Amino acid sequence: MTGRWSWFNISSVVFGFAFLYLPIVLLVIYSFNESRLVTVWAGFSTKWYGELFRDQSMLNAAWVTLRVGLLSATVATVLGTLAAVSLVRISRFRGRTLFTGMVYAPLVMPDVITGLSLLLLFVSINFDRGFWTVTLAHITFSLCFVAVVVQSRLVTFDLSLEEAAQDLGCTPFQAFMKVTLPVILPAVVSGWMLAFTLSLDDLVIASFTSGPGATTLPMKIYSQVRLGVTPKINAVCTILIALVTTGVLIASIMNKRRAMLDARAAREMS
Amino acid sequence: MPSLGSIRRSFTPWEDAGAKPYISFKNVTKRFGDFTAVDNLSLDVYEREFFSLLGPSGCGKTTLLRMLAGFEEPTEGELYLDGQPLKGVPPHKRPVNMMFQSYALFPHMNVADNIAFGLRQDGMEKSAREERVAQMLKLVKLEEFARRKPHQLSGGQRQRVALARSVAKRPKLLILDEPLGALDKKLREETQFELMDLQQQLGLTFMIVTHDQEEAMTMSDRIAVMDKGIIAQTGTPAEIYEAPNSRYVADFIGSVNILEGKVVSSGDGHVEIDGPDGKFVGAVRSHAPADGATAWFAIRPEKMRVSREKPDGVDNAIKGEVWDIGYLGDMTIVNIRLESGKVVQAAMINQSRIVDDPIGYDEHIWLSFSADAGVVLDR
Amino acid sequence: MLRAISNRLVILIPYVWLLFFFLLPFLIVLRIALSDLEYGAPPYTPQFSYTDSWAVIWDKLSQFDFENFTFLFSDSLYINSYLSSLQIAFVSMILTLLIGFPLAYGMARAPLGLRPTLLMLVILPFWTSFLIRVYAWIGILKQEGLLNQLLLWLGVIDTPLEILSTNKAVYIGIVYSYLPFMVLPIYSTLEKMDESLVEAARDLGCTQIAAFWKITARLAVPGILAGCLLVFIPAVGEFVIPDLLGGSGTLMIGKTLWIEFFNNSDWTVASAIATVLLVVLVVPIVWFQNAQARATETGK
Repeated sequence: MTGRWSWFNISSVVFGFAFLYLPIVLLVIYSFNESRLVTVWAGFSTKWYGELFRDQSMLNAAWVTLRVGLLSATVATVLGTLAAVSLVRISRFRGRTLFTGMVYAPLVMPDVITGLSLLLLFVSINFDRGFWTVTLAHITFSLCFVAVVVQSRLVTFDLSLEEAAQDLGCTPFQAFMKVTLPVILPAVVSGWMLAFTLSLDDLVIASFTSGPGATTLPMKIYSQVRLGVTPKINAVCTILIALVTTGVLIASIMNKRRAMLDARAAREMS
Repeated sequence: MPSLGSIRRSFTPWEDAGAKPYISFKNVTKRFGDFTAVDNLSLDVYEREFFSLLGPSGCGKTTLLRMLAGFEEPTEGELYLDGQPLKGVPPHKRPVNMMFQSYALFPHMNVADNIAFGLRQDGMEKSAREERVAQMLKLVKLEEFARRKPHQLSGGQRQRVALARSVAKRPKLLILDEPLGALDKKLREETQFELMDLQQQLGLTFMIVTHDQEEAMTMSDRIAVMDKGIIAQTGTPAEIYEAPNSRYVADFIGSVNILEGKVVSSGDGHVEIDGPDGKFVGAVRSHAPADGATAWFAIRPEKMRVSREKPDGVDNAIKGEVWDIGYLGDMTIVNIRLESGKVVQAAMINQSRIVDDPIGYDEHIWLSFSADAGVVLDR
Repeated sequence: MLRAISNRLVILIPYVWLLFFFLLPFLIVLRIALSDLEYGAPPYTPQFSYTDSWAVIWDKLSQFDFENFTFLFSDSLYINSYLSSLQIAFVSMILTLLIGFPLAYGMARAPLGLRPTLLMLVILPFWTSFLIRVYAWIGILKQEGLLNQLLLWLGVIDTPLEILSTNKAVYIGIVYSYLPFMVLPIYSTLEKMDESLVEAARDLGCTQIAAFWKITARLAVPGILAGCLLVFIPAVGEFVIPDLLGGSGTLMIGKTLWIEFFNNSDWTVASAIATVLLVVLVVPIVWFQNAQARATETGK
């Protein structure tokens, strides 16, 4: 029932969101601080952004991160979708329990364990550490997140749609590509976005599996943060926050628009 | 003494001017933001009455019930229960129980615990409580299901648990929000009579909300037909059906044919109207509309006779052509196209199994009905 | 026939991937945890190599040494790290629940039109980098940081509070970072809940507070358990938060493992720590999942 949102409820929501957002807002504000001291406000300035774009090592790290992110998210989306299809559609196959366990375990697995174990794998097969190892590691843990996202959409998919396509002359593969995939596409896309941001965020697994010449942005930020808080880091963080927020907002606005169009169409029909 | 409908009622407290109403809505208005759900509504319900609120969704009937149960407070006006004002009394202190449309059975408790919930809340001691629960289970014939969880029951069983839970505290008044809405047709018909028996047995006042007119007709002593926050008409099922006060009520309950025209003459409790479909004489409900005013003649399909020849000595007769025939078993529905182009419906009760010369499609026939078979409405 | 082959391919690709990149690495961790430390690259001597025949492996298994594990349990640093991780994760979980439940409850009772926006506001920080969100607190919590400036200005305190580099900062960091994981499952159980259940309880004689405890809180248990699981388990193995916000006295096993690996280059001990951590975490994972399965069963 609406219309009875009590003061207690409103204040707990306001408090909760203040807690969630205040630190980020402060961080963004202080990225425009003139002073080198992050916590003392000395006037508005964008000089740290300028300095940031002159920092070649930072730009290199950003480039590595972007490439790792795009590649790993794309491969993880393909593999994760396949995993989701197997979990939902194929009710029995040998080792299903093991498979389900392997898909769900990385969701709660501490990063240090995943990172360490992957590193030891690469060492024991004599695989040189660098760009490719980080990418492989990111594919592995983000494919599980994609699988979960796609799976939750796939369970509500009406199987008779695919059967209808087959009845009308599609092969099973064609039916999947022409009917199922378009229907679950929003979930696949958000799975990709999730995989991309996970890769963009990851510090621990990248630190374990990366090698010389493949320093990612979080690794770079981390090593600088250890030396102390600087407005330059605030500036990098602000840019990252702006990018991610814009991405999420665009996606949700597109979703909302589609929902509104659907609602309008439904209204017009009735 | 002739009266409306085919039942003689002995329980009619509403006709007794001295009777004290048990529930009183006095000029109650309820607004949600700028939407008015209930608009200056007054209503009296008497003790032991089986009272139905009938109307389409969004007409305010559920809001009315929720105000009685205490989940909403009126924006304006007052509510009285047994003479006591209900303003500010929280739901748990009202001697009223409600059966929810969704049944609202607690999913984490078994049937017996659900029924015992209200009794526990009252601090009833264990032995008395167990006895009451057993009694309730017997009443709704669910003795073997006491340990089941709600999700292990069928729809009909769940409905009976909800009923048992709401009457376990022996409330004076039971409020039922679409109690049979979730059941299939056959089960609904059976349950209607069970509910009536239960009400008699326990001597409760029932206030029920439904959108199913058949359900309301079968069970109620009186019905209030609601429309957009106001009561369109209150009356016994027969009054509502045979003497609706408006086209809205006539149309909402059962099927009806409505023929429009201008009043040409009136007198002796009857009015004659003239319109594109012909001239008709009909009974007046309370007061006759003025000559020249627009009025509507409302007649139920089963009150029209279909014949091949024009019958003699009837008040009304019109010519038409058979357009559609639907055989339903107990009756046959015939759609007839009048010369004006309007299609009306007639219902023929199938009293014999074998019919010598049944009517067929495209036949030209006569429809006839007496002046008292329909009413003339002014709105 | 064609279908069977394509089905098999669909499973096989992700299956093989996960076997190779997820399961196999664990077996390697286990193997290294059971080997002797020797300096060099890689800095361990395997107890058996891939080319050993089964007979040799069996022979070696019988004289396996759990030296590294014995070492873990003989040094109080490791035991204390485990215990302190569990304690910090548990306390943070409770704190997250105390903040997360009212938030989720308030959201679930919000006007219908507002809920998608509120939901997005909870999810949005989750998309923002974890590292950045932890970093944001350094500027707030440190000695001359914004919180102390505010409190000094308000006159609440005379001397700056010491929060950064203590366990308090770690609690704040974990609660902050994992709050969405607590809120989302609780919100989804509360949102699905039929509100007429609470009304029915009120109708049958419960006060608003009694109805909350007997119905709302009780039916939210699966969501609460899921939320706690999602906070507690990753928090135990957390590295970034104790490293950036905690002090030298903050012991957490993720940090200990990191130091062992990167600073001391002791791969075998790091592997042993990871193995034991996994064993420690299997217990709450299984316990929580069972409780959740039970709760959903009774909750239906």
